[in-house]
Order: sequence, then C-alpha cells, then structure tokens
Amino acid sequence: MSLTAVLIVVLAAVLIGAFGIRVSRTTSDFYVASRTVSPLWNASAIGGEYLSAASFLGVAGLILSFGADMLWLPVGWTGGYLVLLVLVSAPLRRSGAYTLPDFAEARLESMTVRRTASGLVVLIGWLYLMPQFQSAGLVLREITGAPPWAGGLLVAVVVAVNVLSGGMRSITFVQAFQYWLKLTALAVPLVFLLMAWKADGAPAISPQDAAAWQAPLGGGREYGLYSTYSLILATFLGTMGLPHVLVRFYTNPDGRAARRTTLVVLTLLGAFYLLPALYGWLGRLYVPDLARTDAVVLTLPGRMVGGTLGDLLTALVTAGAFAAFLSTSSGLTVSVAGVLAQDLLRGGVRSFRIATVLAVVVPLTLALWARELPVADVVGLAFAVAASSFCPLLVLGIWWRRLSTTGALAGLFVGGGLACAAVLVTIVGGPHEGLANALLAQPAAWTVPIAFTVMITVSFVTPHRVPAGVARTMVRLHTPEDLNLDRGDWRPRSS
Amino acid sequence: MEVQYVVGVAVVAVLVGVPAFVLWRLVRGRRELGTSPAERATFETLHTASLAGPPLRAGLTAEGAEKASRHLRTLLGSSALAITDSERLLVYDGAGDHHAGEAFAHARATLKDGRTQVLDLDCPLLECPVRHAVVVPLTTDDRVVGTLAAYGPHASAGLVRAAQEVAGWVDSQLELAELDRSRTLLMEAEVRALRAQISPHFIYNSLTTIASFVRTDPERARELLLEFADFTRYSFRRHGEFTTLAEELRSIDRYLILERARFGDQLQVTLRIAPEVLPVAVPFLCLQPLVENAVRHGLESKDGVGRITIIAEDAGAECGISVEDDGLGMDPDRLRRILAGEITPAGGVGLANVDERLRQVYGDEYGLVVETAPGAGTKVNVRLPKYHPGVSAR
Repeated sequence: MSLTAVLIVVLAAVLIGAFGIRVSRTTSDFYVASRTVSPLWNASAIGGEYLSAASFLGVAGLILSFGADMLWLPVGWTGGYLVLLVLVSAPLRRSGAYTLPDFAEARLESMTVRRTASGLVVLIGWLYLMPQFQSAGLVLREITGAPPWAGGLLVAVVVAVNVLSGGMRSITFVQAFQYWLKLTALAVPLVFLLMAWKADGAPAISPQDAAAWQAPLGGGREYGLYSTYSLILATFLGTMGLPHVLVRFYTNPDGRAARRTTLVVLTLLGAFYLLPALYGWLGRLYVPDLARTDAVVLTLPGRMVGGTLGDLLTALVTAGAFAAFLSTSSGLTVSVAGVLAQDLLRGGVRSFRIATVLAVVVPLTLALWARELPVADVVGLAFAVAASSFCPLLVLGIWWRRLSTTGALAGLFVGGGLACAAVLVTIVGGPHEGLANALLAQPAAWTVPIAFTVMITVSFVTPHRVPAGVARTMVRLHTPEDLNLDRGDWRPRSS
Repeated sequence: MEVQYVVGVAVVAVLVGVPAFVLWRLVRGRRELGTSPAERATFETLHTASLAGPPLRAGLTAEGAEKASRHLRTLLGSSALAITDSERLLVYDGAGDHHAGEAFAHARATLKDGRTQVLDLDCPLLECPVRHAVVVPLTTDDRVVGTLAAYGPHASAGLVRAAQEVAGWVDSQLELAELDRSRTLLMEAEVRALRAQISPHFIYNSLTTIASFVRTDPERARELLLEFADFTRYSFRRHGEFTTLAEELRSIDRYLILERARFGDQLQVTLRIAPEVLPVAVPFLCLQPLVENAVRHGLESKDGVGRITIIAEDAGAECGISVEDDGLGMDPDRLRRILAGEITPAGGVGLANVDERLRQVYGDEYGLVVETAPGAGTKVNVRLPKYHPGVSAR
C-alpha cells in the first residue's frame, strides 16, 4: 500500500511537471490575474520547498537518539527566518536580485564575486541534494526492501525528467500545496498515534531517560555544548544562504510583502516542527531500539496502531516523505542548474540541459559513495557552508557600506572554503576522534566568525575597492518603494 | 572503507590538480613570448602598453591614471612620472616623492601653451635621481586636457621623444574614452527618445467611441472616460525607464477595455498570466505596442471575430511573454525589413521600436522573436530576464 502511495506521488509530480497547471483567464477577471501572489500563498510555497527529508524524517530520528539537544535543529531551522526577516528579506527584495549571485553582482558590481557566489550556490545545492537522495533510498528500502541506491535513483530520475521537460516554471500553488500535504501527512497519523498512546494508558518516559535523554546536554554526544552552539549558529545564519528559498522571495511585489511573507513562514514552520518533536518522543517510548533512526516516522504507525489503519497511515507518511524529497530536490535542482547554466556554462537551453544532468548526477554519486550519516546532520553541514559564506556576504553587503570587492571575495573563499573542507572531511573521511570530530562535524562555530573577520579586515585594508555605486545601491536597498526619490537611472554597461 | 579512500584521493587530486594546471598554463603562456631578445622586447613593450590602456579608457581620472602610471613609467624607463589634468595632479609615481607637491607647478606652463617643456630642478637631496623633468601635453581635439611629466637624472633627446610618443598614445586612448562616453550618452538618449509613443489613432478612436455612448449610455461613457484618463496618465508619465509587468498589464487591460467598447464581441481576449512574474521589471510601454499591433492585425484588417492571446510564463531566471493574434499575418521578409528599420509601416513603428529598446537594454539575444506567415496570424515572443544589472522598476 505504501508503494502505491509512492507511485501516486511520483506520477502526480511527473504529470504536473509535464503539463503544468494551465489556467486560462478571460479579460473579465483580469484583475484577479494581475493580483500578485499573497504572502500566505508565498509563505506556504516557501514552506513546501524548505521542508525537506531532514525535517520530515531526520529531526524525529535525531531526537529519538540524542534527546533534548536536538530540539535546537527545528528551532534553528525556524529561527533562521527570524534573522532573515530582521536583516535580509526586505532589502534583498528591493535589490531586484533573483538569485544570490544576482545580489552579489548588484551590490559589489563585480563579475568575479558573482562567479564565486555561483560556485558556492552549486556546492551548497549539491550538499543539500545528497541527503535527499540518501533518505529516498532509505524510505524505499523500508517499504519494499529494495537496495539503498534504488530510491535515490528514482527521485533523481523523476526530478531530472521533470526539470528537463520544462519544469523550470516555479508554480506557487503547486509548491504551496506541498506544504499542506506534508503537514497533513505528519499531523493526521500523529492524532491516531496519540490516541493509541492514550489507550495504552499514557505511559511516561522511563526514569533514566527523564534524567539524561530529556535533559539538556544529556544526550551523550561528546562536546555537547560546543556542538549545540555551533548548530545554533549554523541554522540561524545558514537559512539566508539557501538558493532555492531565496528565489521565492522574488515573487513578492515589494520589500514590505517580503517581510510579511517571512513572518508567515515563521508561523507555518513553527506549527510544522511541533510534529517531528512529538514523533521523536513517541519513538523513544515505543521503538527505542530502532537501528536506523531516520525511519522512526515511518515505523511508528505500523508499531503503535497496526492493522489496516496502520498500513493506511504508513502509506500517508510515506507519500508525505516522497513529496518532501521531490519538492525540495526539484527546487534545488532548478536553482543549481540555473546558476550552473547561466554563470559557469555558456547559457541557453543546451547548457541548461547539461547543467540539470550535472546538478542531479553529482549529488547522486556522492549519496552512493559517501558514508551513511543521519540525514539531518548532512543538511546541517549544508547550512554551515551557507552560514560561513553567504551570511557574511548578505549581512555585511546590506548593512555595511565599506564592504569592498576584495573583502567579499576573501571572505567567501576563506569562510566557504574552510566550511567545505570540513564538510568533505566529515562526509568522506570520518568519523574522527574527540575534539577534531566535533570541530569538523559542526564547523560553523569557528568558520562563521573567521569568515566575518576576514571580510571586515580585508575590506578595511582595501578601501579603494569599495564599489563606486555603493551609496546609490544602499538607497535602493533601504528606502521603502513608495518613497518617491531618485534611485538612479538606467545606464548602458560601458564596454 | 576502501571506497572512502578512493573518494578521498579523488577529492585531493581535484583540489591540488586544478590550481596546478592553471599555474602551468600561466607559466607556459610566458614562455611562448618569442625567442630572440628583439622579439621579446617588442612583445613586452606591446604587452605593457596593452596593460596601461584599459584604465585610461574611463577618461582622465585619478583612479585610471594611478593604475596606468606604473605601466607608462615602465614604457618610458624614467625614474618618476606624473600625470595631471587641467586642474590638479592626478598621480605621481616613482622615486623622489617630495617632488609630488610641486609637480602641478611644473605642468603649468605646458597647460597654458601646449608645448613640451624641459625643466631643470634643483633638489637639495644628493641621492635623489630626479634632476630634470620633461613635461608633454595631453590633448583631445586639439585641446590641452592635461600633462604627462617624465622625471629623471638626465633630459636626453631620447627621453623627450619617448615622452612625446607615449603622450600621443595616451591621447588616442583618451579619445577612445571620449568616444565610449558619447556612445553611452547616445544609447541613453535613444532609449529616452524611443519610449512612450502611444498612437494618435488610438486617442482619436477612443474619444469617438466614448462620444457615441454619451447619449445612449452616459454611465458607461463616464466609466470609459475614466479608464481613458488612467490610461493616458500612465502612458504620459515622465519618470523612470522601467515599470513592473503588473503595471504594464494593468495599462494593457485599460487599453483593451477601450478597444472592446469600440469593437464589442468582435474582439476576444484570452490572458494567461503566471502570478510569479508580475514583479519583473520591464521597459516602460514595451508590451503595449505589441498588443496594439495584434488588435490592428487581428481585427481591423479582416472580417469576423478576432482572437488575441496574451501569455506570461515563468521560465527560471527569465520570464516569457507572448502576444498572439489570429489575423492576416505578415510576409516574414517584409517583417524582417521592418525590424531592421529599412521600411516604416503605415500607422506606427511599434514592433521595431520595442525590438530596438529591448536590445539596447538587455543585449542582442533578447530581441523580439516573431512567428508569422500570410494568413496564419502573428505571434510575438519576448523574453525578459528577471534580473539585469541596473534595471529596476523603481
């Protein structure tokens, strides 16, 4: 039954991708057509793209194994939008940039910075796609016993076909629907699980779990305090550097709408992340011995409810999980392929095709060869890279007028480079011993400050490399759109 | 475990290999600079000159002069070099920094009469190599715009000659800079001249249509008049070369309301607009002429019902817009000549104008793409990038 659910989701994705949603409108309701996407729809669409396998499966699994500390993951993944709301969303929208490289070019007026940003977007995208494919493999194995590569391959092929057949269109309503589907797929089974728990006499958690598992820093990870702070830094600051999330902000008509959208995203994510925490807690009660903890969300309905109802609920959760893989992977693939085709290949349709294949094949290969890590941890690494490269670029670019081109480049290279190196060593080499393991597995706590320091110091040293149009750019970024003032005229690029 | 080592080795190989390859290419590039000393000297001189060129292409600015001065000094082989414009010292580069303060004074005579001066400097410092100065004028259009001064221990005839040659070379770069600037100004002026040309026919037709409703249906006439007022306010606005696609479509809607009042059921319009692309910045009035064209071709020149379809789609980093009519169509050859500006069709320059403006702003790959044949209707496709440097709706 679960397999049927997966097939339905996959088929729906292919059909929507191939035909799009074609809604014709006649002039009589034209004003409806010209109404821009409302913050609620936009926020649902962001939620739909953002909630990946890590949120859907990974968080509950990590909470099951490591306890209260892991609550920082959902908190950070939501809190990142608070930082985005306060520091980035409105100015970024006003800059007119569609992608992160666009922003780098608009603010620093340099093609070198743009290309560097493009390279980082591709790396972060790959790093984020890899665990999606890995967990697809896990889910398919869980329900059919297929080898672990099969699920990853299935999702990769569906996404590639989808994107190649014109799925570049980002259809807000489809993505918004994905959020509500994921929410339903977790919430409905949870209601039944809680009823089963109640019928079971509402058992409490065992005394030693209450002392260790449930207590902060009691989960038994080495260097827990360091890891926790590093995790907080990575998730709070990394959200703003996720390529597939930022392109969605372009759909907002102005900076004010961008802020509103971010606020709604905070609410929607806050509501969603209550659920995985409960799954983790129920998992600790009923399946504490689970070998692959990422599968706890899939296992619980069968174990606790059982029978046909249990099968139905498992099918629902599985469908939700596949929707999560497909939506996040599609969004990421479109972003990565777009940047690859435009900035690193020559552009045009042919380049986009090659780029799409590259965008899918590289993370798929990584997913097959890399060592198996908890999915939420790998996604956490992508956040660490984003936090140590794009966070300084965006925050300093928006709020500090003395940021120089050289400074930005140096910061991107040093911060992004260090974080990437740590990630590679962790994925390919690990696990390492003692403190080195903690430092490499959660690099944000040292790479983010280094990136900021390098960017600021080098900018101070190279004041003559501050872009010429910085004053005008700052006016554009920070004044509300309805203020009537001179934001500068269009000028042809001098040859 | 072995697999991990293989991947590890591959990663290290890429991390080390790529920079090594780039370095090797650089070194090899150096070695290919010719074999005999004379060849090498020629190449090096030309290379130095080509390095000094780009900074000067922005005109005589402090920043450009500073970047170019190092290479110019290498070309001249002098101890120090100074560049001034007509008002101040732009850069002093090389030995004897204490002469920088008086460098502009050295240039004054040359600035006044445009002649080469050779000056003897008495410097109290014994070790200072700056003893003589050769000051040559920099001119564009026979006007002295600045000076170039070469400082050194001797003022040989060779140095004077070299300074004059280098100054001549700098002059030609400055003239190129002037050319660049006027081309930029021309492009801006063209874009400004090309914008906002609503057709006088439309104004006349709309007013007569409204007049026909004044007695029979005054309420309708009033509404139409208000639409007309809004339409003209948008079309005649002065500020900004860009607007959002949403605004542009709203104006097109008003236009179509007025046209439908005139044609009634004979005009059928279908719109399919992806809400994601509404915030895209577009050149002001870049779609209006296309719709106007479609109405004219799809309707005025044939009998029966005319259908117009306007589609705006999201396509990754771009948005695709198409305006289609089922009218008489056009001979592709004639269309090509209209777009090339060789012939001006009766009733406006709509298509050619839009095509020209899109190319000016976004580059040649973003021109109009028209699919048409006689009797087969016309479909005009426009692609617009969601982000383009300098393009912003507000």
